[in-house]
Amino acid sequence: MNVVLIGATRGMGRALARLLAARGDTLFLLGRNEADLERSARDLEVRGADGTVHVARCDLEDPRTFGPALERAFDSLGTVHTVVVTAGMFAPQEALESDRELTARLLHVDFTATVLFCEEVRERLLANGGGTLCVFSSVAGDRGRRPVALYGAAKAGLSAYLEALDHRYRREGLRVVCVKPGFVRTGMTADLDPPPFASEPAAVAARVLRAIDAGTPLVYAPGLWRVVMWGVRMLPRAVMRRARF
Amino acid sequence: MSSTASAVGRVREISGWGGQSVRASEIRAEDLESATRGAVIVRGLGRSYGDSSLPPPGRREAVATPLADRILSFDEGTGEMVAEAGLALSAVYRVLLPRGWFVPVTPGTWHVTLGGMVAADVHGKNHHRDGCIGEHVTRLRMRLADGRIVECGPDEEPDLFRATLGGMGLTGHILEVGIRMARVPSPWIVAEHLPIPSIHDFLRELDTSAEAWPFTVGWIDCLSRGSAMGRGVLFRGRWARPGEAPATFPMPYRRPSVPFRFPEWAMSPPAMRAFNESYYRFHTLRPGRRIEHPQTFFYPLDAVGGWNRIYGHRGVAQYQCVLPRSRGADAVVRLLEHLTERGGTSFLCVIKDCGPEGTGLLSFPMPGVSIALDLPMRDDTQQVVDALNELVIEEKGRIYLAKDALTRPEHFRAMEPRLEEFLRIRRRYDPNSAIRSAQSVRLMGDPA
Repeated sequence: MNVVLIGATRGMGRALARLLAARGDTLFLLGRNEADLERSARDLEVRGADGTVHVARCDLEDPRTFGPALERAFDSLGTVHTVVVTAGMFAPQEALESDRELTARLLHVDFTATVLFCEEVRERLLANGGGTLCVFSSVAGDRGRRPVALYGAAKAGLSAYLEALDHRYRREGLRVVCVKPGFVRTGMTADLDPPPFASEPAAVAARVLRAIDAGTPLVYAPGLWRVVMWGVRMLPRAVMRRARF
Repeated sequence: MSSTASAVGRVREISGWGGQSVRASEIRAEDLESATRGAVIVRGLGRSYGDSSLPPPGRREAVATPLADRILSFDEGTGEMVAEAGLALSAVYRVLLPRGWFVPVTPGTWHVTLGGMVAADVHGKNHHRDGCIGEHVTRLRMRLADGRIVECGPDEEPDLFRATLGGMGLTGHILEVGIRMARVPSPWIVAEHLPIPSIHDFLRELDTSAEAWPFTVGWIDCLSRGSAMGRGVLFRGRWARPGEAPATFPMPYRRPSVPFRFPEWAMSPPAMRAFNESYYRFHTLRPGRRIEHPQTFFYPLDAVGGWNRIYGHRGVAQYQCVLPRSRGADAVVRLLEHLTERGGTSFLCVIKDCGPEGTGLLSFPMPGVSIALDLPMRDDTQQVVDALNELVIEEKGRIYLAKDALTRPEHFRAMEPRLEEFLRIRRRYDPNSAIRSAQSVRLMGDPA
């Protein structure tokens, strides 16, 4: 399988890229920092990726970089079977509430820019006759909750877009996989207190890989979150207003 | 993509593997270059038993490396691998062993990082033949106390290199490690388990096995007295040749974890005596040669997650010392007698003969016999350790810093004539001891 990844230098993206490498897939990495991308490329080569892992600079904050970067990736790989988006941005609610600029940046990165990136990918994959687009959203978008009002809003929008994209283009061969991880212990969450059922990137990655292979449109990772979030969605407003989570 | 969460980490408890904790937070960092700027101490997977990976009392944070775990290069010709310091040995097993390579020296757990292995200059069952891991390190990339990033190796900044091998992370923060891997003929182990009736036979058998067997280690029952003192089981092994080994790869396995901290009576002397008795009898029943899973051979305790919880809320004080060969087997007998007289009981007692001293300035091994004991933390454990240390000083031996939680500074100085030179080199790179740990405050007089 030929896979393009953005966000694979860190966290869950790194773990997923390693699983792809271990089974001998061909990889192309996109990201902001070329030196860091090269380090990840070497790591994936030693771990079994097929041939040389090439990289190109692509900044999820800057949509002007999307077209040229994807062009290089699609040219380099010939046929692209899957594009994985794990890049994203996180900030705690308190930090966002006191910093409008940070809020604007987070909403832009996690919603607008991610959607624009997916649109670029959609066009290219459909032109090739189809493929899989796997994007990491979050359980934070499943219900308006006090601790993730802004981050959750961006992810809610992203999840809605991904679901619609899947409905709209699956028949033409574009399979969209929306991943909703719960709390995962990565560098992004290093400063937060892990809640119950916090999981490791490798466990999430294994589940996501199965979903990519099967074309599952929506996957909670770990699977327990499917039940937890179903419960949370069922809670009446009066209860949610008092809930601390 | 980026985390803009506040830089202040949450205050939690962190502890060494022995289980004694301090209130501090662990900053898990993917980017070690930025996380180590101004850091007081860096830790790996927290498998050192005592306080070597804990921040000094006045500081509340330690940088943790396990997320910085990329392999930066691997040369199939020379076997040299360069990786970020947080790469775990368990990952090396998964990635390189299927291709016929493994670390030339492994400690008794694979839940260690390369950085931690270098900082403790770990030794293994093949110390008598291959020395410590430091003998196979080709280069280190480090952040120094003054903020500079430097490379060192056997021929580059050799003083810094020597002081860093076994230097418990006190000379600078290790960012990247280069190690020459060893070629293995198959991923399986040929092992023999021999029941040995007494300590004198044990030391003789370790000696004679050293010739033909690259890996040797012993378990001894240090609760039995008289003629049975120091009876035990000798494990010796080598990598299997392709014809002897199964064609499959020994996949990592995992058994259930210890779910909670056991009550203290679980490790009472009668319980430990019963365990030691049955362990010895079990091995007397099935001696002989077998093909063994490398995980079973090298990392028997890793199969049970969180096994340190059997020691209950107060945890365990590991004690490991080496007694010089020139003192003979009697020194070992004196140590075991000393232990039992003071009512010290140990569930596990591991014995290993060590080869020559290596490059590391503060490295633990010296030619002689190493004894490792698990002492459940009790009211009198400090006195037991003090008494053992006094004997070790008398015998001109030394202790292993990666295990130590209780040694007194005067005892440490008395058993470490090499300390002065270590401190001299360390001062050259870090005059104010900006990089320090709870252990260096306790043992080396660093400011709290």
